[in-house]
Amino acid sequence: MRAQIQLLPDGRRLHLHDGPIDLVVEAFGTPNAIDCAYRAASARFANVLDELCRELPLLRQPPTDPPEGRIARSMYAAVLPYTPNYFITPMAAVAGAVAEEVLLAITSAVLLARAYVNNGGDIALHLTPGESFATGMIDNPSRESFFGTVTLDFSQPARGIATSGWRGRSFSRGIADAVTVLADRASQADAAATIIANAVDLPGHPAITRVPACFLSPDSDLGPRLVTQGVGRLTSEEIAAALSAGAIVARSLVSARLIHSAVLHLSGETQLADASTHVGARALACPPGKICAFPAPGSPFHA
Amino acid sequence: MPAPTAPSVPDSDAIRCDACPVLCYIKPGRAGSCDRYANANGQLVRVDPHVILDHALSEGDSLVPFLDQTREWDGNIVHGSETFVTAIGAGTTYPDYKPAPFIISSQVQGVDMVTVVTEGIFSYCGVKVKIDTDRHLGPETSTVRAQGEAVGHVTTSEYGSQMLSLGGVRHLTGGSRKEGTVTCETLLNLCEKKPVELSVDGGATVLVQAGQPPVVDGFREERMRVGCGSATIGMFAKQWHGKVDEVVVVDDHITGVLSEHQAGKLLGVAPTGIRVKGRRSTPGRYFRVAEPGTAWGGTNIDDPLSILEPFNPKIAWPKLRLLMVSTTGEHRAYFELDEALRPVEQDLPNVLSESVARIKENCEPALSTVLFMGGAGGSLRAGVTENPVRLTHSVRDTLTRVTCGGAPVYVWPGGGITFMVDVSRMPNNAFGYVPTPALVAPIEFTLKREDYAGLGGHMDHVRSLDSLAQREGRRHLKAHPENPWPLSPAALKRTNQ
Repeated sequence: MRAQIQLLPDGRRLHLHDGPIDLVVEAFGTPNAIDCAYRAASARFANVLDELCRELPLLRQPPTDPPEGRIARSMYAAVLPYTPNYFITPMAAVAGAVAEEVLLAITSAVLLARAYVNNGGDIALHLTPGESFATGMIDNPSRESFFGTVTLDFSQPARGIATSGWRGRSFSRGIADAVTVLADRASQADAAATIIANAVDLPGHPAITRVPACFLSPDSDLGPRLVTQGVGRLTSEEIAAALSAGAIVARSLVSARLIHSAVLHLSGETQLADASTHVGARALACPPGKICAFPAPGSPFHA
Repeated sequence: MPAPTAPSVPDSDAIRCDACPVLCYIKPGRAGSCDRYANANGQLVRVDPHVILDHALSEGDSLVPFLDQTREWDGNIVHGSETFVTAIGAGTTYPDYKPAPFIISSQVQGVDMVTVVTEGIFSYCGVKVKIDTDRHLGPETSTVRAQGEAVGHVTTSEYGSQMLSLGGVRHLTGGSRKEGTVTCETLLNLCEKKPVELSVDGGATVLVQAGQPPVVDGFREERMRVGCGSATIGMFAKQWHGKVDEVVVVDDHITGVLSEHQAGKLLGVAPTGIRVKGRRSTPGRYFRVAEPGTAWGGTNIDDPLSILEPFNPKIAWPKLRLLMVSTTGEHRAYFELDEALRPVEQDLPNVLSESVARIKENCEPALSTVLFMGGAGGSLRAGVTENPVRLTHSVRDTLTRVTCGGAPVYVWPGGGITFMVDVSRMPNNAFGYVPTPALVAPIEFTLKREDYAGLGGHMDHVRSLDSLAQREGRRHLKAHPENPWPLSPAALKRTNQ
């Protein structure tokens, strides 16, 4: 079998790896329940990559006909609301959709107080009354300090967290260091983070290095579209302008009830986008940034 | 505003990664979508999580109790001498003339040590496969094939085992593209301890997996022969004496006959008038009683009587008891002569089944074992020192210890650094490949810091073990319990295990 599945050295979290997918799963419950959860996650994970690759050409195109696979359909559904106004393919939601699917496999198999599936910063959460999750955020994956946390409890509707930015693993057409989004589902958060991060931009700015995506990665779903490869020094006015361009898009998504809230981060500046009285204002304890990929001391949430 | 879809035509300089079904096209200097495989100057290389071995103190407490008594708290949670950085996933700087990816310093019992860690790209490499079986796999020098492609040949057999020599530069890069690719895949799978089906021209098909019994023509080999037919007679003559009149141990190499054998003579076993086909070597020892094969004792015979001529009527007698057995005890038959002195098969008497069982018991489990063999080329050595030949000398002088994923290696005498390593003692997923095709294998050189400086090492690239603690993507493994610890003091003196 190609997939590699093992417990991380802490003996608590499960690491599932296959091709480009790396999931970190943690379930909280009795040893039996955790065992059952990890078995369910492993069983579901075994076919995930093959399932996706079967429909890869379709998933790399803007949505037209719905795909077949369950994960592919979540991806499709997550990006569909954006198709009239934006270029987006179902691949923009792949990480969140995979996290969601594996979490579903776990929660269908066993009752747990809480659990999460973290797919490289795109996270699907399971919470029960009285439970909460805190997530650290960083703005640059190569630095490990984080400067904000997201705390979600059962009373809040969001069960998906996703982050997009030009420094991340996927290409971004914008210049945001990180846009973190809370949405009902991880796939929805994933798609929205992509859209908002693309909108944090200063079109035509000379300090921004842009390269056609296909020059870097010939089979990128972005084809010849320019993606950001470097951001030089920006004035504070430019930073504010780029962030507000992104915030306008973010607020429109909040109004359309596609997401709960978003936090946009660029060159050390942060802007929160929600309905200002929205639940997200409480959830995103700032200053926020990228979902942390490293453990916060004492934090229950790390990957 | 939907825009045109992405062109999925590969660029001329992109390579296609087939490590997973995503099948990324990767441009030079870029990694695939997994960030684990990358295109380094047209070669697919792994940039996998870096494997670090932890000396399994919790498992080996009783073996190394002295450590706790002699070790003084140095303020580190990770003790240098108990953590060894392997080259697995370290990446390589080949073919650039620049320092190896990791040059790690550590202190072992007060001695400053340096481990130079790199992955080598070996187009001059192969595996030697030892297959514990007497069954004939094919004539010497016959071509060995995987998926129909020539990947190696049958080489000289060794005691109780057949040997295959697979890979090497001629199959990897000297033949067709497909031959090279299949050879590379075969080597990789064997090194990764995966099962590989090999077929020998004019011989058998054998399923080989490191550390597992071979399966020859669908037959799973259980045991190695206890010895040749003659040796078996020697070992068991006493146990047979008095319980049977004649024993023939059928063996493709040397078939033994109790009554004629020196061991039988010493016990006073009477002549039986038996006549064995084949060429008599010395009394009671026969070469070539049949053709090699996968039946009785590694011969091609299914009916043991086919190797016998009629008994000499002047010597043989009716009711003469005859045991025929193979060198593993797997095949056996018991006969008594009728009035016409023809052998008639009977049930094996209990007193004899014990001795047959004992032959079986004395045969060791049959395994396939795989040794990876490669040579550290000049540019790899250049990553270690500015004066590559000095590294060779240092290895020769056993000042430098060579390990392969933390496993001990045997360094072949003579020029260069040509080494062999038992893949079963290496961590899983230690090997990779590049589309050259060539194998990527980890290699570590450990030596005293002062020696490293002396041979022109890249001293300005030496970094502490602690600096790695901050690095992402590390994979911590417990050290293989049978391997000598790469940093142990004994390592300072000797290189070859």
